[in-house]
Amino acid sequence: MAKTTSVSKSTKHGRSESMWGYIMVAPTIIGLLVLNMYPFIDTLKLSFTKTKPFGLYKFNGITNYITMFTSAEFWRANWNTIYFCILTVPLGVFLALVVAVMLNKKIKGQTAFRAIFFLPMVVAPAAVTMVWRWMFNTEYGIINTILGNSVNWVTNPNLVIITCSIIAIWSSIGYDAVLLLSGLQNISKSYYEAASLDGATKIQQFFHITLPMVSPTLFVVMIMRLMSSLKVYDLIYMMVEESNPALTSAQSLMYLFYRESFVAGNKGYGSAIVIWTVLLIGLVTAVQFWGQKKWVNYEV
Amino acid sequence: MNTKKKQGSRNTGVYVFFAIGSIVMIFPFVWMFLTSFKTVAESMQIPPDILPHQWALDSFKDALASLPFGALYKNTILLIVWRVICAVAFSSMAGYAFAKLKFKGKNLLFGVVLVQMMLPSQIFIIPQYQMLAKLGLTNSIFALVFPGLVSAFGTFFLRQAYMGIPDEISEAAYLDGCNQWQTFVKVMVPLTTSSMAALAVFTAVFAYGDLMWPLIANTDLKMMTLSSGLATLRGQFSTNFPVLMAGSLLAMIPMVVLYLFFQKQFIEGVAMTGGK
Repeated sequence: MAKTTSVSKSTKHGRSESMWGYIMVAPTIIGLLVLNMYPFIDTLKLSFTKTKPFGLYKFNGITNYITMFTSAEFWRANWNTIYFCILTVPLGVFLALVVAVMLNKKIKGQTAFRAIFFLPMVVAPAAVTMVWRWMFNTEYGIINTILGNSVNWVTNPNLVIITCSIIAIWSSIGYDAVLLLSGLQNISKSYYEAASLDGATKIQQFFHITLPMVSPTLFVVMIMRLMSSLKVYDLIYMMVEESNPALTSAQSLMYLFYRESFVAGNKGYGSAIVIWTVLLIGLVTAVQFWGQKKWVNYEV
Repeated sequence: MNTKKKQGSRNTGVYVFFAIGSIVMIFPFVWMFLTSFKTVAESMQIPPDILPHQWALDSFKDALASLPFGALYKNTILLIVWRVICAVAFSSMAGYAFAKLKFKGKNLLFGVVLVQMMLPSQIFIIPQYQMLAKLGLTNSIFALVFPGLVSAFGTFFLRQAYMGIPDEISEAAYLDGCNQWQTFVKVMVPLTTSSMAALAVFTAVFAYGDLMWPLIANTDLKMMTLSSGLATLRGQFSTNFPVLMAGSLLAMIPMVVLYLFFQKQFIEGVAMTGGK
């Protein structure tokens, strides 16, 4: 008898539990279906259509993709995006690691230095880019004044991505360093003590203890930085306006997507570009996950 | 003695590194500040003077005259507040349910969350804009908040937080006569304060810096955010750098002041949500 009661009570408990489960996930799931799942399918569908006036669409097969793959501007945007990643990711993450190692030392003012490096993260990229645009100004910018020449940092097609990369590295270094620092702080001091006793130099300790032990965090930071660099938009948008002669040499895939979809109004073609970008991000991430086996150490 | 001296010289190297690093990190902001008080002629002087001659306020007046900063602040604050409330409330509920409650189809539904988390937000933008346009809701606060009403990342992040709480705690509350909702609100939510704070900081910083969505959703100057407003200012004053610096300064000051007060929460919040 007692047993029956307990069973019936537990099923009642179970029923109310699953009811609450559905109620509590409902806002998120409904939201995701309306705000993400439907738009994802719709973007896919749009990429096979041609935009017509009055919000109408006409199915046109793979025309958008053919246009895209035969467009020099599109391939240039691919190269610009990849070049931007090559310039920013390895150097940016390396510098962030240096900053993190320095922050991990017991020194006075550690908190203040951490806060200073982190500062660009809390300033809108629009404002950050604005001041760098001014400093990189050809005639009156402080950087050319100090260098004593007149480099066209913002309008020279060969330089503009490098200029953007400098700003990108400067902006992200503190954020990446904070993430790497938490990885460094998890390394037990005893490894270093043992290594010192064995007579290992600081540099040997860095390569044989620090680097392998922090490699899982390093991998996460690199993946994250790579994914966000492949999606770069705001920085280049603020740096290079429509009238800049270096526009095609600077525009990233996401900038091209924005211009095609919302300036030119070709939402079908824009959808094809964004689908391609997502595939590219997926591919690059997959390669990274495959490559991590060679250098990331999970045996801690 | 010898080792102490060596220690000292090594630290000097670290301090030199940080001194140079700090100058590189702070100088752009200092230069923004100084330029904003110069006249246009002064800003174009070669070689430039470091300090403005008379700390002119003209650039601030021009920036305030061409951008409705009051409205921009208001819109940005409302955008941040609504996005934070929605992300934290809905993600807490869903995160708790996914971590602690048993119901049919849970794994499938969590799969939906994971898939959305992997996809870059840009892939949703065109249809999101079209939905708003069809409903006639562009140029509104709702339009700004719209893509952030729910958060796949927040759900995943808070699920992790709830997973870390032992089951005994919710069972004890249940035996004390709390129903599921009471257990959640009275017992479980207070246990995830630091994770909720981290999600709030992450959401706020992202909402404040976001540029593409505000530019698309709200084209009316009065309904813009600080970021998209600045982009407009750039078009208006392409070579008047003192005005652009004054505008940038006005746009960044509120967040920087908040950061100075809650520096620890900002950095730890971002470190916790890191990996996204």
